[in-house]
Amino acid sequence: MNHWIIAPIVLPAMLAPFIVLAARYHIGIQRVFSLTGVLALIGIAAGLALQVSDGSIVLYQLSDWAAPFGIVLVGDRLSTMMVLLTAVLALFVLLYAIGSGWDNRGRHFHALFQFQLMGIMGAFLTGDLFNLFVFFEVLLIASYGLMIHAGGNARLKAGVQYVLFNLIGSTLFLFALGSIYAQTGTLNMADLANRVAMIGAQDTVGIRVAAVLLLLVFAIKAAVVPLHFWLPSSYAEAPAPVAALFAIMTKVGAYAIIRVYTMIFPPDLAVTAGLHDIWLLPAALLSLAIGMIGVLAAKRLDRLVAFSVIGSMGMVLVSISLFTPAGIAAALYYIVHSTLAGAALFLISDLVRTGRADLELTPQPPIAGTALTAGLFFIGAIAMAGLPPLSGFLGKLLVLDAAYGSDLMVWIWVIVLGSSLISIVGFARAGSILFWKSHSVVPAADAPELSRPAALSYVAVGGLIALLLAHTVFAGQVHGFTIKMAGQLFAPQPYISTVVDTPGKMSKPTKGDH
Amino acid sequence: MEFLVASAVGVLTAGGLYLMLRLRTFPVILGMSLLTYAVNIFLFASGRLTIGAPPILSDDASLYTDPLPQALVLTAIVISFGMTAVVVMIGLGAFLGSDDDHVDDLPDAVDDNTRGAP
Repeated sequence: MNHWIIAPIVLPAMLAPFIVLAARYHIGIQRVFSLTGVLALIGIAAGLALQVSDGSIVLYQLSDWAAPFGIVLVGDRLSTMMVLLTAVLALFVLLYAIGSGWDNRGRHFHALFQFQLMGIMGAFLTGDLFNLFVFFEVLLIASYGLMIHAGGNARLKAGVQYVLFNLIGSTLFLFALGSIYAQTGTLNMADLANRVAMIGAQDTVGIRVAAVLLLLVFAIKAAVVPLHFWLPSSYAEAPAPVAALFAIMTKVGAYAIIRVYTMIFPPDLAVTAGLHDIWLLPAALLSLAIGMIGVLAAKRLDRLVAFSVIGSMGMVLVSISLFTPAGIAAALYYIVHSTLAGAALFLISDLVRTGRADLELTPQPPIAGTALTAGLFFIGAIAMAGLPPLSGFLGKLLVLDAAYGSDLMVWIWVIVLGSSLISIVGFARAGSILFWKSHSVVPAADAPELSRPAALSYVAVGGLIALLLAHTVFAGQVHGFTIKMAGQLFAPQPYISTVVDTPGKMSKPTKGDH
Repeated sequence: MEFLVASAVGVLTAGGLYLMLRLRTFPVILGMSLLTYAVNIFLFASGRLTIGAPPILSDDASLYTDPLPQALVLTAIVISFGMTAVVVMIGLGAFLGSDDDHVDDLPDAVDDNTRGAP
């Protein structure tokens, strides 16, 4: 048992208090430590991903307590990929925050950023449902601070809504955990998978309630319609680098749905039959449609991007709720794409904001550095709307291909293709108003000279765009990897036996236990 | 005992939900607190109610109460306590900043008059 797998959690957890305690008044030192930490995280995450790429499962028993009694961290292909994605995203977001000076507009940006990373990494790596709740709370607490970073009335107001909505979500999560524990007597995911499969046909009421509650909780995190109302205003009002980091948070919900509903409540389990196809799929289709209609209807650029995030989460969940290996593989490919594209678009909307009075989609005089910003927006919009040649198009093809032959195929194809058209119109409209019509507006004579965004900001956005291009060019390899990942998810027995059968302290429960 | 605990959970949840459907920050936060009390009791009861037994497991223990829900409840209490403090502070900041304690978005027209928005 090596200790590397806990490093993505421990490293930010140690860095954050260090930054608060030792470097509180020195933004330069904070930046150096934060950046070094994220670079180290990327290295660790890449090492972990390499370690499990052969299909092995890495188990870490905290304090050597054996599974159902102790808390375990588990690394498989899916979780290490998500950890790597988070670390890479964090690097570019951090570069942007430093370049644009956002981190210096309020206190403790870097400490909260590290705590946020700790929560996200923990949520991906944990093998225990209650531990998942705790890490959700860690990432949420940090996100509350980041969300209202730099203050302002509109932001605080949106912050109240965001915090309250997530508190309700957490309470629901606890209700779900309570009912699961009452029914099965365990909260370890692998142990749960064994015990849920043993539940008889006659006493399924409690476990069905728990499964639905849990799905609701994850749907809130993933912003599935009709539980998406927290997202538009909080993402739009959050500071741009924070919103870009939040692009991974909706994916935490998607990850939890994939993990729990392939392992604990798999689609062929009679107890929860119908949950995936009757409930989740229509909701996902609805969020895809509403997200993209929101793109067309948005009056501000940041809201437009927020709705495009809802739409792309809809696409991810359409693909997930097919619950076939091909569907999950397509969803995982699309998750990487939509995280990068969403983050890039949030950062680009901040580039636009530096040169304008506001982000209203009305013609205003050209911003400084229009050409470059417009070019980046063009690429980001193509990626998000899913036009060829970028990864959004490939991801969409994979989703359509996975849906081929399913019962709701007509619905899925019509809504996916129709919503793409709507989002293309929406992005084209926004882009032409922001960047083309601006040339017809004569700036006021006394207009102040506008400063260009810092070069580092462009580097950060350009880095995300470059990753999107790489995701497109190496689509074959990435998709091959996600197919292997989906294969591992649909054959959870190695995962379960690794977790349950690995010896540790208290490996033999005494009689009368549960 | 079961009836008492179950009705406590029910009443707290009902009260919490009612208050949470109000539109102003203060009742909503109160509702949140009631709901977290409800969920704490619910979690506590999820390990079955055993009266007068220690939460200690040993090989010769004939009567014990499940210790795990107690640990879960403790974690949940700490988290909800901290969260309530955070939401009170953010809500207070929002109220003092805009002189308006609605949690919902007002229509744009009303918005500018009451909030003096930028």
